[in-house]
Amino acid sequence: MSIEVSVKVRKDDFVLDAAFSVPASGVTAVFGRSGCGKSTLLRTLAGLESAQPGGRIVVNGVPWLQDGKSMPTHQRRVAYVFQEPTLFTHMNVRRNLEYGLKRNGRNEGRARFDEIVSLLGVGGFLERRPDTLSGGERQRVAIARALLSAPQLLLMDEPLAALDMHSKHDILPFLDRLCAESRIPVLYVSHSPEEVVRLAEHLIVMEQGSVLEEGPLQQVLGRIDSPLARADDAFSVLTCAIAEPDGPCGLSVLRTAAGESMYVPRIHDIHGTIRLKVDARDVSLCLERPVGSSILNVLAAEIVSLSEADAKGQILVQLQLPRSGENLLARISEYSAQQLSLTPGGKIFAQIKAIALLS
Amino acid sequence: MFTDSDLTAFSITLRLALVTVGILLVIGTPLAWWLANTRWRYKALVEAAVALPLVLPPTVIGFYLLISLGPRGSIGQASEFLGIGPLAFTFSGLVIGSVIYSLPFVVQPLQSAFTSIGRAPREVAATLGAGRLDRFFSIVLPLARPGYMTAAVLGFAHTLGEFGVVLMIGGNIPGRTQVLSIAIYDHVEALDYSSAHWLAGSLLLLSFLMLLLVYGLNRRFDMVRV
Repeated sequence: MSIEVSVKVRKDDFVLDAAFSVPASGVTAVFGRSGCGKSTLLRTLAGLESAQPGGRIVVNGVPWLQDGKSMPTHQRRVAYVFQEPTLFTHMNVRRNLEYGLKRNGRNEGRARFDEIVSLLGVGGFLERRPDTLSGGERQRVAIARALLSAPQLLLMDEPLAALDMHSKHDILPFLDRLCAESRIPVLYVSHSPEEVVRLAEHLIVMEQGSVLEEGPLQQVLGRIDSPLARADDAFSVLTCAIAEPDGPCGLSVLRTAAGESMYVPRIHDIHGTIRLKVDARDVSLCLERPVGSSILNVLAAEIVSLSEADAKGQILVQLQLPRSGENLLARISEYSAQQLSLTPGGKIFAQIKAIALLS
Repeated sequence: MFTDSDLTAFSITLRLALVTVGILLVIGTPLAWWLANTRWRYKALVEAAVALPLVLPPTVIGFYLLISLGPRGSIGQASEFLGIGPLAFTFSGLVIGSVIYSLPFVVQPLQSAFTSIGRAPREVAATLGAGRLDRFFSIVLPLARPGYMTAAVLGFAHTLGEFGVVLMIGGNIPGRTQVLSIAIYDHVEALDYSSAHWLAGSLLLLSFLMLLLVYGLNRRFDMVRV
């Protein structure tokens, strides 16, 4: 099952021309700068924006747009969470939630209602009016309401962007759970690398109205030719197993696929695997495994490719970790690369100075 | 106190205002909805036409209506053809005049209510599976309630106070087309100030009570909302 999209939309001077196909499960992040057409893409998928003739949208085999026939929004089994939490202000929270539930044409009723209410933690204010809730609470209600309409595709358009820091932290754990437990495919628009890396498995990178790259998250992130890698804050993502949650000196010990240990500040309440975000500028390279270094995290890797030097005389080195084949990016100076005579295929040790824990 | 013809004028006036507001809410809703949502290039033409009664002297509206409602006018001939007879100097004629005269007072509050609701709630409702009519009745109408309240009160009050149009097309026939404002004028003309006082005073009181009721209700709704 998949979501196949090929649409062209003209809006004044702006043209969106996007074609991609993503798996109909898990979270696909749509990433790009503001104004690159992410929201227009989502609106077109929902049928809120009309595409030019010849477009095609097929979700799980159901044609939403094909051969010039466009299914109206209310018939598409789609749910949309907007940047601004838009609750119906003339209804209390419970009636907001029931709005989609009543209209989804399925008799799942009570059980589904209770499940989603507890998944998003909105049970405490069912009888309240929307204007008495905080921004984060409102957005949680909006997400729950969207889920209750039993969609086959959940579209989320920067659901955290309009919220303050506090509300963001309030809502992220719920999104984690939602993305992990939900069987509904999610298209998640964001311009925040942290959110993308934390939540998504699949990535679509957009620039100026078209799809630049698309594929599994780690693959897309690890390429040195992607616009993400060109940015100053290029980063890569590693997945590790948690080996010893209570390691020495307030650390937790993780294990990479190749069996190497990684040390991170103590992790609470996470089991199984964890995603790490490693900024390319926090990775340095050594020809030998360093001895007597204060840096704890050292991984053996193979050089895949090296980029051209940028204006600051720095290059990006794409590394591949053994076993998992995960990509790791390192930003070093061109001079160091020459000194170490780095070439593709060479063995190398990557020292990682800092790590951000994701989920 | 009140003469019989004063009481009849009272009842004609109230009936006229109620019927007019009823008709205006029904035809004003689609018109205001269209104005609030259309992207038609010449929408300003329609807006200007709707707003005309705001600036035209009522006698001008009344004059044109008198001509078109009369036996040789287009509306008059149509109604003649349908067997209703001429509309000038009848209650139906008054209703037609009042509907046109008070149109902007109903359409404009509705239009601004619809505009201020915006697309967002309707788009959300559509993604939750609500069709067009469903969206209008479950989302737009309840959200536009204050707009409807304002539209109804303004339309009613404006019809209650109209003078020029009614004088031109109604002809001031006591018991048939004489409304309060004209009855008061007649009393004053006849230097019967005491009768004029009674009528004017009761109209003042009635208007105030009506507004009080509406604002009171609006506040009660507000308190329920919190």
